[in-house]
Amino acid sequence: MEYLDFELPIKALQEQYEKACEIGEDSEVDVTDTCQQIKLKLDNKKEEIYSNLNAWQRVQLSRHPNRPYTLDYINAICGSTFMELHGDRNFGDDKAMIGGLGKINEQSFMFIGQQKGYNTKTRQYRNFGMANPEGYRKALRLMKKAEKFNLPIVTLVDTPGAFPGLEAEERGQGEAIARNIMEMSQLKVPIIVIIIGEGASGGALGIAVGDTVMMLENTWYSVISPESCSSILWRSWEYKKTAAEALKLTATDMKKLKIIDKIIKEPIGGAHSNREKTFEIITKSILSELDELKKLSPEDLVNKRMQKYIDIGVYSD
Amino acid sequence: MAAWFKRKKKGIQTATEDKKDVPKGLWYKSPTGKIIDAEQLAKNFFVSPEDDYHVRIGSPEYFDILFDNGTFEELDAKLKSKDPLKFEDTKRYKDRLKEVENNTGLNDAIRTAIGKSKGKQIVIAAMDFKFIGGSMGSVVGEKIARAVDHAIANKCPLIIISKSGGARMMEAALSLMQLAKTSIKLTQLAKAKLPYISLCTDPTTGGTTASFAMLGDINIAEPGALIGFAGPRVVKDTTGKDLPKGFQSSEFLKEHGFLDFISHRKELKHKINLYIDLIMNQPVRA
Repeated sequence: MEYLDFELPIKALQEQYEKACEIGEDSEVDVTDTCQQIKLKLDNKKEEIYSNLNAWQRVQLSRHPNRPYTLDYINAICGSTFMELHGDRNFGDDKAMIGGLGKINEQSFMFIGQQKGYNTKTRQYRNFGMANPEGYRKALRLMKKAEKFNLPIVTLVDTPGAFPGLEAEERGQGEAIARNIMEMSQLKVPIIVIIIGEGASGGALGIAVGDTVMMLENTWYSVISPESCSSILWRSWEYKKTAAEALKLTATDMKKLKIIDKIIKEPIGGAHSNREKTFEIITKSILSELDELKKLSPEDLVNKRMQKYIDIGVYSD
Repeated sequence: MAAWFKRKKKGIQTATEDKKDVPKGLWYKSPTGKIIDAEQLAKNFFVSPEDDYHVRIGSPEYFDILFDNGTFEELDAKLKSKDPLKFEDTKRYKDRLKEVENNTGLNDAIRTAIGKSKGKQIVIAAMDFKFIGGSMGSVVGEKIARAVDHAIANKCPLIIISKSGGARMMEAALSLMQLAKTSIKLTQLAKAKLPYISLCTDPTTGGTTASFAMLGDINIAEPGALIGFAGPRVVKDTTGKDLPKGFQSSEFLKEHGFLDFISHRKELKHKINLYIDLIMNQPVRA
């Protein structure tokens, strides 16, 4: 397990705890009490740290190297029923954007999401979760397929942004994202969106227009990353923490601003500290949201979705 | 060397107050170095006559070019930005807004108007780059949304003239959501079977490109405009490669299939109205 700077007190207690237990196993001394005491301290510390996270710490958690990624969720949720589908039928298959069919219980879903890698090789293979236009077009192709067969769509968002590359511009990155936003608003099937890590700007929104948009507790979603915001507005990379606060990018802020619909609580210690529990929570959320959305007719679903976005904005008249 | 040619005294000797000042705004110098009389420039649609360089202009000039006799009724002119996030970088967003309002006389980065072009009603939304880089926040989103409503109510076409660096950072996620809001409103216009013409001008980048600018029934552009999603500096930093000449120019976008055509500014009014007459299957206006 890798620890972030603010998690170091947890790391220290965890090590103490493991050592104490080891002593108990190796010798005749009864350390049960000590172990329990340390465990209590450890749990309290976790609680204390995790209930007082600032915006920048949540950004760090959203990028935690041990955090589950899109395919981890889908494989855990659907097990062997998941079937990945590839290609945009036009240019290629984007490895940063994945999609496919899978079941939860008896219900089939179309899953879409950006995919990050877990080591240098796979990070490069997945282009760090930064999709090209063909990724957005693949996502749209799959979503249209879901609509044709009346299947609900689940998108899992985790991207530092759409890829700002030369070829991406040649193939129309802006157009691809714009098209997705427009088309997603019109799909006649339920769309459930979950931000599972980073939700950066148009790259995120390109698969994030939905009926229910939820954020895991330790994720961020905004128009720009705190680092880029710092470099543009402060002309220095030094102000990322200030920028993170200023952008109001945490799940709590986003819920307050009514830009997202729900926050999904993570296990104490973050999604990565108890992956199984996280998968269970996500599965439950998807199913309960679908139950609600199924009650609406396709027309009501689309109208409500459209109105939700049309109402966003703060201005004086 | 002839004596008259020799500089006897070193340095500039004229006192500052004795210098002959040329009043500002009399001349314009285009990027290729051509010098144009400002009055002549205005008469030539703000296009440098020698090299066809299209000078950046704003909503007043576009309204003048496209509406008959430059007459129009401005819509929702009082809409103003609030500061819902209490955003502060090196300046408070509130103060920044006040300063820009005072300097530009504008209320936000877009103005919308209804009027006649070649005798027929049309709604035009034109962005102003000098208002925080033409950035899109809540006001731009809402004004475009209402422009769509006006077009539907008056059963007339809509033109959006993009000139924007993208979403407005000081409104963070609220500004990101304007991509969704504007794109969704355009579906309502489409359902009413009314044409939407997207005119991309220099520059059209970021969130604007990832929403309404690329969603026209036709996407058109002025020559030589910068149009793209990621800015050229970001692309260069990411790829580490030198960018090809003309990268992200109007001509580049047309070549890659994202623009229907490029129009010289003096042809804009004619071409836009011709398209409207063709697509709506109505008699072509002279």
